[in-house]
This record gives sequence, structure tokens and C-alpha cells, in this order.
Amino acid sequence: MVWQLDLAILTLVVITAVGSLMVKDLLGAAILFGAYSFMMCALWSIMGAVDVAFTEASVGAGVSTVLFVAAVLRTSRRTRD
Amino acid sequence: MKIIGLIIAILTGVLLLSATADFPIFGDPDSPASTHLSPYYIEKTMEDTSVPNIVTAVLADYRGYDTMYETAVIFTAGLACFIILRIFVREEPGDRLYRHVLTGVTVRVKEGAKLPPSDDFERIDTMWTPPDLIIKTVCRLLIPFIQLFGLYVIAHGHHSPGGGFQGGVILGASIILLAISTDLRTAVQRMREKVDAILCPVGVIIYAGTGALCILFGFNFLDYSALAPLLHVDPITARSHGILIVEIGVGIAVMCTMIWIYNILSSGGKYDEGL
Repeated sequence: MVWQLDLAILTLVVITAVGSLMVKDLLGAAILFGAYSFMMCALWSIMGAVDVAFTEASVGAGVSTVLFVAAVLRTSRRTRD
Repeated sequence: MKIIGLIIAILTGVLLLSATADFPIFGDPDSPASTHLSPYYIEKTMEDTSVPNIVTAVLADYRGYDTMYETAVIFTAGLACFIILRIFVREEPGDRLYRHVLTGVTVRVKEGAKLPPSDDFERIDTMWTPPDLIIKTVCRLLIPFIQLFGLYVIAHGHHSPGGGFQGGVILGASIILLAISTDLRTAVQRMREKVDAILCPVGVIIYAGTGALCILFGFNFLDYSALAPLLHVDPITARSHGILIVEIGVGIAVMCTMIWIYNILSSGGKYDEGL
């Protein structure tokens, strides 16, 4: 385990997580959430939990982002709060 | 209101972080999990089930109940989306758009009338954009390989990371990719809603039915060694094969649920025009 890589990924996890909450544009928030899932996937695989990383990559970064985008398409793209 | 929410969130975070101090450190060999639980699985999984991937054996065999109800939860999620979002009531039929393939002329047909089916006209969405040659060709080339990889992930879950959930999601994603790269109707033609809705519970039934079959042979629920006389193998290999059977069930259920939810969500419940 390289600690520099670990630190970089952890920082990105925090940044993307806070970013996806803060961004007003919901489409951007969905994309940031996908990036967050992908960083979590990298983190799982660093920790050696390859099965969890695989699930995170396919469900979190893959399908759920598409579902969010589809939901944004059918509702509105901007939040009110 | 926002400030109260922030305070609650920070307080909960501090509480959770202070609780982590009591945890054993990551990978501690003296922690209870490493001294009591893990050695059993690491030593006995190969003798018990002849499955090299311990995670798969734990998920589908030792903790088979958990995975069965997870599959049921996924199916319930699909069902909830269907019940809440699907629209069956015929509203006043809107305009349909048709496009002449050769010239690119768009025809608007009013009041729900239909053009007679012909090769000259194709139906297009209201939010239609010209198809991109690169995207269409790449997706067409890629989708069979994605599906093949999904099947590999399901079948090879015994030896490598993967299993029913991941493989099912990959198979579902390939159909969703088809829907995105062309349009929703093309994908629905490949995977009709009825087929989708029937296969969802079928996956759950395969899982639960395998468990019930074990009861019929006089063993515990989900004790796959009961299937040995049925599969003509010894009880240990029967557990390995039993894991494969339930993984296939999980894969079918997950795949169909993903496609179902996507189709309902992207078409706004009408199953007509989508992303």
C-alpha cells in the first residue's frame, strides 16, 4: 500500500462527496457522485476487498449514475435550495 | 433550519469518529473477527464447498439467507418503481414524430394517429438528436462483448471476484447502453416489458426454490449438499454447483430489475420515449 496514493484518493473522495452535495446543477451532482463511487471503488481495491470494489464500480459508478441522469431528465435540472 | 441540520450532521460525525477509536486497527491479527471467525472460513471453505473464492462461498453458501433477501430487496425496488411511476391511463394522445430516412424530413402526426409501418419512415423521439456514427458503431461492437463479460463474471464467480450481482448489473448495463446509444424503443424490442417483469421474480424464485428443494431432500434450507443425488456428484461439489445455480438466479433478477427501473424512469412511466 502506497500511502501517497491512499492519501490522494481519500482527498478526492472527500472533495467529490462534498462537491456532489454542494453543486446546484443536479446533472453535475450526479456526475460527481459517480466520480465519488469510482474513488470509493479504488479505495476498496487498495484495501484488498476486490469483490466490494467490483460491486461499487458496476452498481455505484455505472448503473446508479445512469439512473440519476434519467431521473434528472424527467424532473428538473436545478435545485431550489 | 439549515444550521440545525449542519449541527446534527457534525455531531453525528464526531460521535461516529470517536466510536471508531474503540475499533481494532485495520488488519489487526488479535481482533475478534480475525481470531474467531476468519480462520474458520479461510481453512474450511475449500474442504466444505470446493470454492476457491472465499467471498463467493460466504455470500452464497454460509450466509445464503442474506443474499436471498438482498435479491428480494432488489426485486421489491423494481416493483416499487413500477407501481409508483408506471402510467397506464391513456391521456390524450400527443403528437408523434416521424422522420423520412432518405431525406431527413420530419413529419408530425397529430392526435395519436399512426403512419402505416414502412421502411421509408422511422419514428423518432420529441427530444431527437441526429445519431452519431461513432457512438452507434462503437456501442454496437461493444455490447456483445459486455454481455459476454457479464456471463463470464457470473460463471467465474467461484474463482475470481464477481458473482451474480456484478454480472447481472453488467448484463443490465449492456441493454441500458443500447437504449442510450439508439433509443428506448430499440431496447424494448429486444427486452419487452412483460419478459422483464416475469424474469424479475423468476430470478428470486430460482434462489428460493433451490433452498426449498433442499428441504424436500430432508436437509436445512439452502444447504446445497442436499442436491448431491440430483446432480450425481458428491456433497462437496454439490455445494459448489448450488452456489452457481443461485448466482444465476441473482443475475437474472438483478439484470431485469436494472433494465426495468431504467426504462420506467427514463420514459417517465410511459415506456414510450426515453433518454
